[in-house]
Amino acid sequence: MKAFESKKRHNEIKEKVIKLFLIAAASVSILTTFGVLFSILFEAIEFFQMRSFWYFITGTEWSPGVANSKFGALPIFSGTFIITFIAMSVALPIGLGSAIFMSEYATPSTRNKLKPLLEILAGIPTVVYGFFAAITVAPAIVNFFSLLGIHASFNSALASGIVMGIMIIPIISSLSDDVIQAVPDSQRKASLALGMTMSETISHIVIPSALPGIISATLLGLSKALGETMIVVMAAGLRPNLSWNILEDMTTVTVRIVDSLVGDHEFNSPDTLSAFALGLILFFVTLLLNIVSLALIRKFKEKYKINTL
Amino acid sequence: MTKNMDYPSNDITGQKPLNNSLLNNKIMVQGLNLYYGDNQALKTIDIDVYENKITALIGPSGCGKSTFLRCLNRMNDLISSVRVEGTVIIDGKNIYDKDVDEVSVRKRVGMVFQQPNPFPKSIYDNVSYAPLKHGMVKKGHKCDDLVEKSLLQAGLWNEVKDKLAQPGTSLSGGQQQRLCIARTIAVQPDVILMDEPTSALDPISTEKIETLMLELKEKYTIVIVTHNMQQAGRVADHTAFFHMGELIEYADTETIFINPGRKKTEDYITGRYG
Amino acid sequence: MNNIIEPTSEKHQSSQVVNDNPFYDPTLIKRHNKAKRFKFFTIASIVFAICFLVFFLGDMVVKGLPAFQQTYVQIDVTYNKKTIVSTRKAIDKKYRRIVSRAWLRNIPKLVEASPELINTTRKTWVLANHQIDQYMKGHYYKIKDKQLKLIQQMEQQATIKLKFNSLFFTHGDSKTPENSGMLSATIGSILTLIVTMLTAFPLGVMTAVYLEEFAEDNRWTQLIEVNINNLAAIPSILFGLLGLAVFINLLGMPRSSPLVGGLTLALMTLPIIIVSSRAALRSVPDSIRQAGYGLGLTKIQVVQDHVLPLAFPGIMTGSIIGMAQAMGETAPLIIIGMIAFIPDSPSSIFEAATVMPAQIFTWAGMPERAYIERTAAGIMILLSVLISLNTLAIILRKKLEVKW
Repeated sequence: MKAFESKKRHNEIKEKVIKLFLIAAASVSILTTFGVLFSILFEAIEFFQMRSFWYFITGTEWSPGVANSKFGALPIFSGTFIITFIAMSVALPIGLGSAIFMSEYATPSTRNKLKPLLEILAGIPTVVYGFFAAITVAPAIVNFFSLLGIHASFNSALASGIVMGIMIIPIISSLSDDVIQAVPDSQRKASLALGMTMSETISHIVIPSALPGIISATLLGLSKALGETMIVVMAAGLRPNLSWNILEDMTTVTVRIVDSLVGDHEFNSPDTLSAFALGLILFFVTLLLNIVSLALIRKFKEKYKINTL
Repeated sequence: MTKNMDYPSNDITGQKPLNNSLLNNKIMVQGLNLYYGDNQALKTIDIDVYENKITALIGPSGCGKSTFLRCLNRMNDLISSVRVEGTVIIDGKNIYDKDVDEVSVRKRVGMVFQQPNPFPKSIYDNVSYAPLKHGMVKKGHKCDDLVEKSLLQAGLWNEVKDKLAQPGTSLSGGQQQRLCIARTIAVQPDVILMDEPTSALDPISTEKIETLMLELKEKYTIVIVTHNMQQAGRVADHTAFFHMGELIEYADTETIFINPGRKKTEDYITGRYG
Repeated sequence: MNNIIEPTSEKHQSSQVVNDNPFYDPTLIKRHNKAKRFKFFTIASIVFAICFLVFFLGDMVVKGLPAFQQTYVQIDVTYNKKTIVSTRKAIDKKYRRIVSRAWLRNIPKLVEASPELINTTRKTWVLANHQIDQYMKGHYYKIKDKQLKLIQQMEQQATIKLKFNSLFFTHGDSKTPENSGMLSATIGSILTLIVTMLTAFPLGVMTAVYLEEFAEDNRWTQLIEVNINNLAAIPSILFGLLGLAVFINLLGMPRSSPLVGGLTLALMTLPIIIVSSRAALRSVPDSIRQAGYGLGLTKIQVVQDHVLPLAFPGIMTGSIIGMAQAMGETAPLIIIGMIAFIPDSPSSIFEAATVMPAQIFTWAGMPERAYIERTAAGIMILLSVLISLNTLAIILRKKLEVKW
């Protein structure tokens, strides 16, 4: 009896210890998020102690590494915005169009063949996209526009934007495909039975129903585009350029982060620390996009009582 | 049970319920065969549906009555494995002819489904969606009038007139089904097909829908699939009994229920199977 | 459809059609055309995406295939004490601008490996330099007329030819393109991934087990859940900032090492492994847990002996996909310095190393054209590995699906 008691106690202790280990493991993910936040935040604060936050947000001149260095990130933000905008105008129609084709028009066998192909697209490392953008797409754009007598830069925003858009297509198409498929079939039947064509049914009934999910997918794609590094490091420019001309070279937040950390600067100089200030902005913007995206998809799931996705 | 003995041994399906010249043939189905792949689901169906009457299709589950119903507005076209042979003549035209557009068939032959399926739009938009897209009305007074008229006809107007902007899905089940009916009649069809429209509803909502059907038949030809034989008895003028993809018997509802011509029909009616 | 264009005939036609076809509706033509355009647009989108994929893969293969061959020239090489010290003198003067300097630098090692070579002169297939190689492959080249004539002469004598480029698989990075290979980057990738998986796999599975089997539905659990979702959305480059600030600056781990790279990638891979492991655990039927409790087993025993083995294929699927993603990741590794020039393979996780995608990045930035084909070839190798990993994951997933 005593042996049994002690064995039971032994088991209980063991159980507690294991559970403690599990909790510790689960806490790592939280530590990581806060680790990312604080490692960026502290260095960023140090930066803003040296330089004005206001000028960082609104200033138009970014000139690190010189005697009278200035850190106005507006041209960097504008470059990021323009390249992201180009990427989204490629990815959104094509991603959504592909999703609609696969979920509404394609036969199951076609669909089963197409899905893995899009998954390959999703699995291509960004460094590979970057090489493709720099070696194939950018020269093609320069050649094309020189035929029209227009000068385009070899580091044009257009080249990296287009390739980044292609990279985002699978993100938008796969999530949109899921939500479009989750729209109940009874909705389609009801609309078709009223004498609507397939396309009217899709654009007036199916898409509006799936809209929260589609917006969620778009925000996710947007967040990926903003944080994308390799494509722009390899194909976009280094020069902060406040311009609307997509054929000019532009730089992005991520390019500047890489550039200021790869060089041989002193770690505590504003040149290096500016990377963390840019990182902080990137962190909060992508976090915000992700939170809104998750809230939208939760709303969609509740509406149609879906547990998967 | 005693009269079972004198059933004719020769099978004659699709006998006409009445040879009354006052009845107008709205739909004439001739030699309709339907296959799901290699599987024949409907076997040589011949049946006439009459204008401004309610025709009920009854039979055990899987007998093909719903499949048959979907042939009448070509909803089966949506299933790629389905193949249809034979003719379905509506207003003198075979709707399976090459020059007939299934979209315009569905516009003239409306359909109400088993589960109420309003769109996740406002009540107003649920009704106005199809007429607007068909170009029957433009946004404005005419459209408002059409919505009101349709909801009135569906007996829903008084319940929803103050909340037209609310989503259709916020209504109760019975109201949702009447909204679906209003949505269907807003397109001004000739024929309304109903696929077990009350099977998901409570008795009070069911009664409301049945009353509504009796009103609607003044203007429309109605074909209803029902599981509930009492319902067929209450509302239908003619009743067709399907079994294993065949039309076993088609006659006046009264005849089918009181004096069926075939043993299978009587067995089903008296609850031996199904 | 011609009748739409000519209004007169349309009128004629429609009045006739209306008579015998009650379903004729002229407004439908417009709507059907719109529907066709819409469908065409969706088809065009998917075709564009697929065409891009085909074009892209084709482009990589066309650019990369030449790298699997390399130009060699057959010339006399003299091995003696003098040439070991001053390797340029091992060959005839006229060949000096044709032969790879990297090969010449390797002569002492050759002699060391096979001492019988000393004091002999042998006809040897010697690696040509990259300009000669580019000329042989029909690419753009920069060669002086004198050498060009010599090469053309050698071509006739068949003493210059393209051979299979085994160097690409046995050498590390090099400042001379003809001598550079993927080996050190591959070893670096393997070491880094070992660190990644050894960290992320247990942490991820333990987190999943905790959340699925033990966690009560309280604030803490919810915080972890929200957090995992957000973690997955943090741009990869910010993980690099974390690695730099915490692992290198705070904990003093060696810069550029597979240790730091592996740990950084592990944190990025964590959410993928957690999410897929949770799904796998959830798919194990509850009846199995009930049966275990019925036998008087403790919760830990049930999870350890019955639930985890059943969920294992699903967990593996997620881990392989996570591994493939970590393998293709570059941005955070650049931040922690894994783009250093590494000619020799690292032998431990504490040495400076580079990884395959970082090697691709470095080569892509090189000015010599000969690096382009090597970059593309590196991409071909990386993509083949990634596609194989993903295929493996799909096969595992299919196996899992059959089960329940």
